Order: sequence, then C-alpha cells, then structure tokens
Amino acid sequence: MSIFVDQQTRLVVQGITGRDGSFHTRQMLGYGTKVVAGVTPGKGGQVFDGVVPVFDTMADAVAETRANTSIIYVPAAVAASAIFEAADAGIALIVCITEGIPVLDMTRVLPYLHERGARLIGPNCPGLISPSRSKVGIIPGNICRPGRIGVVSRSGTLTYEIVHQLSGAGYGQSTCVGIGGDPLIGTSFIHCLSAFQADPDTDAVVMIGEIGGTDEQLAADFIQQAMSKPVIGFIAGQTAPPGRRMGHAGAIIAGSSGTAAEKMAAFARAGIAVMKRPADVVTLLKERL
Amino acid sequence: MDIHEYQAKELLSGFGVPVPKGGVAYSAEQAVYRTTEIGGSRWVVKAQIHSGARGKAGGVRLCATDADVRQAAKDLLGKVLVTRQTGPEGLPVHRVLVEQALPIERELYVGLVLDRKHERIVVVAHPHGGMEIEEIAQREPAAILREVVEPAVGMRSFQARELAFGLGLGTQQVNEAMAAVLGAYRAFRDLDATMVEFNPLVVVEDGHVFALDVKMSFDDNAMFRRPNVAELRDYAQEDPREADAAEHGLNYVALDGDIGCIINGAGLAMATMDMIQHSGGEPANFLDIGGGASPDRVAAAFRLVLSDRNVKAILVNVFAGINRCDWVAEGVVQAIREVRVPVPLVVRLAGTNVDEGRRILQQSGLPILTAATLSEAAERVVAARNAGAAA
Repeated sequence: MSIFVDQQTRLVVQGITGRDGSFHTRQMLGYGTKVVAGVTPGKGGQVFDGVVPVFDTMADAVAETRANTSIIYVPAAVAASAIFEAADAGIALIVCITEGIPVLDMTRVLPYLHERGARLIGPNCPGLISPSRSKVGIIPGNICRPGRIGVVSRSGTLTYEIVHQLSGAGYGQSTCVGIGGDPLIGTSFIHCLSAFQADPDTDAVVMIGEIGGTDEQLAADFIQQAMSKPVIGFIAGQTAPPGRRMGHAGAIIAGSSGTAAEKMAAFARAGIAVMKRPADVVTLLKERL
Repeated sequence: MDIHEYQAKELLSGFGVPVPKGGVAYSAEQAVYRTTEIGGSRWVVKAQIHSGARGKAGGVRLCATDADVRQAAKDLLGKVLVTRQTGPEGLPVHRVLVEQALPIERELYVGLVLDRKHERIVVVAHPHGGMEIEEIAQREPAAILREVVEPAVGMRSFQARELAFGLGLGTQQVNEAMAAVLGAYRAFRDLDATMVEFNPLVVVEDGHVFALDVKMSFDDNAMFRRPNVAELRDYAQEDPREADAAEHGLNYVALDGDIGCIINGAGLAMATMDMIQHSGGEPANFLDIGGGASPDRVAAAFRLVLSDRNVKAILVNVFAGINRCDWVAEGVVQAIREVRVPVPLVVRLAGTNVDEGRRILQQSGLPILTAATLSEAAERVVAARNAGAAA
C-alpha cells in the first residue's frame, strides 16, 4: 500500500511536449508509471515517444484513456487554467509542479476543486512517489527505495536530501509527498499525516517543514490528537533572519510567529522527535521504531 | 513588490477610494507648485520610501506657508531616512508627496490581506487607527472586525456595511467608508495585490472620510499580467544585488557571514545555511537558483555571490530533481572560466544525471573541492574558509 498514488494510477501529463514536461515524462515512463495520455492544445493526434497518445483537451484524454491522475508542467500564467480543466474532466488527483502561480488564481482554484471533490497536490511542489509502484512528479526515482516510512515535506530538494539519507540507511518509503512551498496549497501536512496514519503499510512518518506560517504548528496539534504512529520532524531555516523572505513565498518570519524555534517547540510538545540536522533522521527513526 | 504611497493613492483613487488632494514632487520648486494646485492653507510633505513609521522618523512635515513646504522638501529630498522598519541602513528619499492637511476627528484601521487559513481575501478593521495591526492584534484582539470574501462572488456591499457600522460610523460616513473598502477590494482583485492597508482611514471635521495613509503590496508572480503596476517598481528602494538576482530568475538575500551559498531549492538552501552554522561558519547569503537552472543562470549566481566582498569561500549544493546535475556542472565550469573565482569552492552534486555532472567537473581540471553529503560539504567549506583566513 501507499498513499495517493500506486499501480492503479493512470496518469495524464498536461504540458507533455514542453521542455520540463517531456523530460520528466520520460523519467516517469522509465520508472514504470502508467502514463496513459498527454495534453498539449494543438498537438492532439501526435504520439509522444511512440507510446503516449497526445490530446488537445483534458476531456478527450480522460474519455479515451480513463486517466484518474494528472500532472501539470505548463507555465505559471496558464497553470490555474490547467487545474480547472483537469478538475472539470473528472480527475481525482491533480499534481501541479509549476511554480510562480499568482496567489489570487489559487483563491479561485481551491473552492472549485473542493466542490468537485478533487485533490490538488502543490502547486510549486516536486510531486510524489510511491517507490517501485508509481512516480508522479520530479522526485528522482533512484534515491528512493520501497519500504514503510512515509515522507511529507514543504520543500523539494530538501526532501531528496532526507530521502537519500533514509534509503542509504535501509529505510525504504511507502510514499514521499512534496506539498509545495506556496502560501496557498491544495494538500496540507494534516491531509498527508491523516492518510499515512490510515495506511497499513506505513510505520512512521518523516515531516519536513520550514519557517513561515503556522501549518507545522497545526500539524503538531493533529499529531498529538490523532496519530499513533511515530513522527520525526525537521524545520529548515533555523538560522534565517526575521522579516526576510527565504525564496518560498510562504517562508517569511513575521514578527514573532513562524520561526523555526517556535515550530520545533510545537513539535517537541506534541511528542514529535525533532531533527536538528537532516543527517539526524536515521538515528531518531531507530530510537522510535 | 511594494510601491510608494502616492502611487497607491493614485491607483486606489481610480477605484473610488476617497484620498486627500495632493501630488508627487521631485524638487522643492515642484513641491511649492503643488500647493497652488491643491489650494488651502495647510499642507503635509511626506517622504516617499518603501517603509511605514515615517512620521516618527521625521519623514512627515506639517507646513503652513510656501516657505515651510520648500524647506520641508529640501530637507527630505536626497536624504536617507531610517525608520524602525528600514534597518540601520535606511532608504533614500527621491520623491515627496505634498497633500492638503486635514482636520482629523477620528482615526480607523482597515486592511485587506490574503489569509492563509481561510484561503481567501480577508478584510480586517479596527476602531482605532495609527497603530500597526500586529500591535492591535496583541492589545485588543476582541475589537478586530473581520469579513471573509468568497472569491466566486467577490466582496458584497453588506460586508462593507457591516464593517462600517461595526466601526461606529454615522450614516453619511457609512457610505463613504463603504466606497473606500469596496474600492480597496476591487483594486486588490484587479491589480493582484497581496495587501492593501488604510492606516489610518480618517473621519474629518465636516464628516467626510479619507484614506489618509495607504500601503499596497503586490504579488510578484502576477506582475506579468499587470504591466501598469509593474512599471511602478522603484529599484532605488531595493537592495541592488537582490534586484539584479531577480533579473536572472535567482532568489538572493544578503546576510552578514562570509561563506557564499549557491543552492537549488529554498528549503535545501535554508537547511544548508543551518548546516554551515552548525559546522561553525556563517552564511553570506541565501541564494536559490531555482528549478531548471541553465549554465548562464549558474554563472550569474557566481557573479552575484562574488559581488559581496566579504565572501571567503563558496559552497554549491545541488540536489537535482527538475534540475540536472550536468547543467549545473557546466554552469560551474563556465562560470569559473568567465568569472574569476578567487576563493575556495566546494561543490556537492546529487540526484538526476549526477554521474554526468561529476564527470564534467573532474574533466574540467579546475581546482574544485567536492563532497558527497551535505554534512561533508558544510564541514569542508568551513574548513576551506578557515584555512584561507589563516593563510
């Protein structure tokens, strides 16, 4: 088992013929993901790399291929539109890699998805992978190993760093999810934690947060109330100065709220094992499992 | 992106927000000329910088004669103003706003922000203006009024009315306050703002309502579709290196240490800075080269990091997903050939096409120290920095 994606995942790639879309479609196909369709308006009828049929619209792609999951690699200016189109076509899980989507677009996207019962992961995220089952996104498959640790993170490359540590020490992963660094995202830490708690093949969860906002504190409350599985936590930005935005739109320390110290304290209060550095993950897992 | 007060007032005025009569001036002569346009007998000259708390820093002058206005403008223009929000380096004043001075009876607070919890625009109001909202939230949280805006239908007039009555305004003022709030909402929505603030919104002696001081910030990600707003950007109010970084699609924040950092991804960049500190060093900067970084972008990153004279060693840490190690390695090699790198360089690559990336670095024959893990990279760059300092 795993969460959100597995062998049943039938993927359609929105923006399959673009630079990033085509590169990562090949990576996903190589990993064994069932990529059943691609969409690029005006390129319907083509066949990508001789194996993936390309359609002009999401409606056509879903009708022809029974795709149930989509991944978005289109530019930021049209990414919200791609999310609307995927939800309207009946896609249940939409993963948006695109970074730089205007935040007001997201205020319109999120209620639209909610009404249709579709789940969005991202935007501005690396996607997710259930090792040896399905990879939807850009997380390098070669650093992951199948196993029983769930990973959820607001960051992309920092996730790879920590997954690399886990795999190297023999801790495989059930699913690794990058939820994205924007202020408005479709799937929160809590959604992922709750799915990992319910997944019989996940034994423990590694949660990677960062400075800014209060999502990690809310997640800590949820863990305390609703999770029996051990959770190991990390917060990036322990040395970041207040008031400066550190890359991610969500990563800014405002006044006294959103600091790494505050988040690490919330983790500790909730009984979460707190890593000081990424390399600590293995030691802490050994203690808790 | 931030804009000046006078620019925000011009924009908001176009959306029906009542603002005091006034105009911008770039010289003392122009400031005096503004008074004849505005009329009346009392004016305010306000320094235009991207910061609040200007009044307490001496950036707002009340004037009763043309000579006062001339003197105020002369005093402020060309000065560097240090406020509680600018940091000790302050910000340069190149423009002043000259406005009619209003006889104020009441000061109120109204702010529109994007609320992460509600995932919507939220309008916040408070019956006492002048304080910062964070301060109000701490002192009198119960008195804060809130309206959450449904994105599909927009802000409705009843919501503005609830706020206006909630602030204790009289009937005549309610209509004017509603116009101010609804106008601010439309400007927020139509211009891709992330914040609109009236602090204070005032009621004057004859009962009219004005947005006396306003602040607007915008979503950088949306400026591609708001050229009229984007052109209001004032580079003189920004750190030149951060502005230069933005031009190249890089995200740079200058810090106080001496170890330059070039990293892909904001989370990894923060974690790498943390690791440098754990290893006994101090990062000179935050720098995220983003996904899909081309050799040109990596070269630009080197130039940027080296423009900080304090830098005594550089750490490149790339864990490639959407990025590719071979592109980064090419960028590093190209950068070292183009830009002289006079300090020790540690490069750590991992992820997509890592073998290809390492091969490019090795075959370059350049003096590059490598590391396999983040911990090793942090220790190595701190050691290289210390060795350089000792020699």
